Amino acid sequence: MREIALNILDIAENSVKAKASLIEITVTAADNILTVTITDNGKGMSKDFLEKVTDPFTTTRTTRKVGMGIPLFKDAAEMTGGSFEIESEPGRGTRVTARFVIDSIDRAPLGDISDTAVTLLGPDIDFVWVYTVNGRSFTFDTREIKAELGDIPINSPEIISFLRNLLKENIDSINGGTVL
Amino acid sequence: MKSIADIKAIRDQMQARIVNRDNSDAELETRIVVGMATCGIAAGARPVFNEFVDLVAAKGLHNVKVTRTGCLGMCKLEPIVEVFVPGEEKVTYVKVDPEKAKEIFTRHIVGGQVVNEYLIGEQ
Repeated sequence: MREIALNILDIAENSVKAKASLIEITVTAADNILTVTITDNGKGMSKDFLEKVTDPFTTTRTTRKVGMGIPLFKDAAEMTGGSFEIESEPGRGTRVTARFVIDSIDRAPLGDISDTAVTLLGPDIDFVWVYTVNGRSFTFDTREIKAELGDIPINSPEIISFLRNLLKENIDSINGGTVL
Repeated sequence: MKSIADIKAIRDQMQARIVNRDNSDAELETRIVVGMATCGIAAGARPVFNEFVDLVAAKGLHNVKVTRTGCLGMCKLEPIVEVFVPGEEKVTYVKVDPEKAKEIFTRHIVGGQVVNEYLIGEQ
């Protein structure tokens, strides 16, 4: 993956497939550590599956017996000197936490969080994004957007284009010139 | 800076159009489906998805949906895009990038002609 934002998209797709109705994603940069958490209320994983989930030859997929998403994310974090954790409970949901050392030469750029956020939008699922850099924070909650939209689908192309610009502007403002 | 309040204006414009739509539209909907599993994402599916969204939004096409799907089982041909036009056979494009997406949009989605050179058999 060229960007951490693409890993986030990939891991959040797992939450979508686990039938989550709410996915909370936090991206926090502070004290030279970039922390990403993805928390869902999907179907969760059994203890057995959880133990082998970072193995690339574990997957729920039926087309191939290979699942690269979680191993790639784990590696991307650990090779910076950071860490990776995954917690899950059947019926309750899953939380993935990855910590990256910001000034490590092996860290991928954070990349385009707004593109990732709008790619995931859908009528049956809600997202809360909390983006924090050096103590300044921006929250994007699709439940607030849907309340404004009424019966217009949040994934209509015009709405996606608008929301992408809204997110880009707010994230740029939080970054204040810092490029993660 | 744009805010959530700005969304009301867009909503009102879109709602005005929805009133004018008749119910048979759902069956006449064209779908552009982008493979968005690990393989697709790593190969560049996200910019392809967003390119299609912007093209559809800019052209104001109300009967075209852009959606995501999982792995289609042909990882080395990603990004893969399937186009479903009502009454026609499904068309599968492979190794799509934003430039090819523009061409597929102009020639196929708007123009109604399949872009043969990007089809699965041609790669």
